Amino acid sequence: MTTYAMVIDTKTCIGCGDCVVACKTENHVPAGLNRDWVVEATRGEYPHLSTEFRSERCNHCTHATCVTNCPTGASHFWKDTNIVLVAAEKCTGCKACIAACPYDARLIMHPDGYIDKCTFCHHRVDRGLDPACVSTCPTHCMHFGILDDPNSVVSQLLRSRNHKTLLPETGNRPNVYYLV
Amino acid sequence: MVEELLVTARFNPKIDPSLAIWSWEIPVYLFLGGLTAGIMIIAAYAVLARKDLELPFTHDRIALWAPVALSIGMTALFMDLEHKLYVYRFYTSFQPASPMSWGAWILVLVYPLMILQTLSTLRRGYPRLAGWLEKLPYGGRLLDLGETVRYPVAALVIPLAVGLGIYTGVLLSAFSARPFWNTGLLGPLFLVSGLSTAGAVALIGARMKSEKHFFTRTDIFLIGVELTLITLLIINLGTGPAQQLEAMRMVMGGEYTTPFWLWFVLPGLLIPLMLEILEMRNIRQYTLVASLLVLYGGYMLRYLTVELGQLSTWTEYATQFDPQLLERLTP
Repeated sequence: MTTYAMVIDTKTCIGCGDCVVACKTENHVPAGLNRDWVVEATRGEYPHLSTEFRSERCNHCTHATCVTNCPTGASHFWKDTNIVLVAAEKCTGCKACIAACPYDARLIMHPDGYIDKCTFCHHRVDRGLDPACVSTCPTHCMHFGILDDPNSVVSQLLRSRNHKTLLPETGNRPNVYYLV
Repeated sequence: MVEELLVTARFNPKIDPSLAIWSWEIPVYLFLGGLTAGIMIIAAYAVLARKDLELPFTHDRIALWAPVALSIGMTALFMDLEHKLYVYRFYTSFQPASPMSWGAWILVLVYPLMILQTLSTLRRGYPRLAGWLEKLPYGGRLLDLGETVRYPVAALVIPLAVGLGIYTGVLLSAFSARPFWNTGLLGPLFLVSGLSTAGAVALIGARMKSEKHFFTRTDIFLIGVELTLITLLIINLGTGPAQQLEAMRMVMGGEYTTPFWLWFVLPGLLIPLMLEILEMRNIRQYTLVASLLVLYGGYMLRYLTVELGQLSTWTEYATQFDPQLLERLTP
């Protein structure tokens, strides 16, 4: 399995939300629905506060519980990678994958009814391009690449910087990394 | 302090602000699925133990209500699907890691056995219905077939219906992302509850004292097991990681304390238990009230479990568009 990862630098993210707009534009996400979002996390007690911005989306987990819980095989890994997609023509809209995702990263594609989610813009990845959110980011805080390749930008960043993933204790092995 | 705030809008329907993907349809399906499993088990028991004289309603009449209950449950399940035209996709693949896929295929095995079990009882239990069926082409042959295979079918029904009853709980407990559900106790709890609700149906339908007595005595035992399993469930959640502790607090002091204890455990388990104990001591007969309360309790167990599981979560964001956020700023 080829593992694609996204690495997001929380030190340079300013929470502008351009990644959200880029995703909506690129993927024609209907109004009112979101495949990605930005979180402002504040820790500490005043005046000793620290804030980080995180652009979040599906973590394209290596052990994706949304894939294992899907009763029809509609939730699947794309072309032997960790990119999790939903085949609309196999999806019954049972919502098991929504319940199975600890990140609540899936959504119901109204009015069509099938389940929708971030695709890591696999149609762009297929052409050697970065996902729309990554290529749009005005502060260049987002990076995308193959984790198994030691020379990829993402591998180099993860080697040289402190980083974390969200909720690694779920055992899902998420593939969106945050530089801290 | 840790405060996680959504700074871009995220209000995906049925997902934000908290998960609400499953409404009344899934609890109805789980309740009727459990009831079906219970009916099949007690009907098969009456046949295998040759209790046609002691338990005539269970032996001859109750089996018909299993396909009725399951068909209503399946309709509710279908109504819940968001992409209804693709329902056939459940049967174009088998996903061994998905409990829902197992459930879909278990139902394929259950339905024919359930129909055979019902056919074997119609001539004795519902002679008018059997007479009508015999007028149809192959109707008489079908009734003959049901009666011929009555014992092997009853023997097969028990493990399969136990599987169905447990599956209704495992369906939820397999979701590791929902801390309230993620406990192995839901399978046995839903099975026992299914048996208890089937016993309640038998109590409503039974006319003979021996049969009423048998199910009242059995139900006292089953409610006792249910109470034990619920206690273990709370201990299990209360000794778990932070997410499960949060899930437990919803029913132990949190906003679901009253619905759980006052609307479910008290009227759905404790009151029928007391009424049944009074009945066993021949103090007074409350058969109908106790049975209806058991059925109500069976539904409430599923309803609250489905609700609580969706509210228990690993992630919890505030949104900057939430008016309640201002309240947090005041100490």
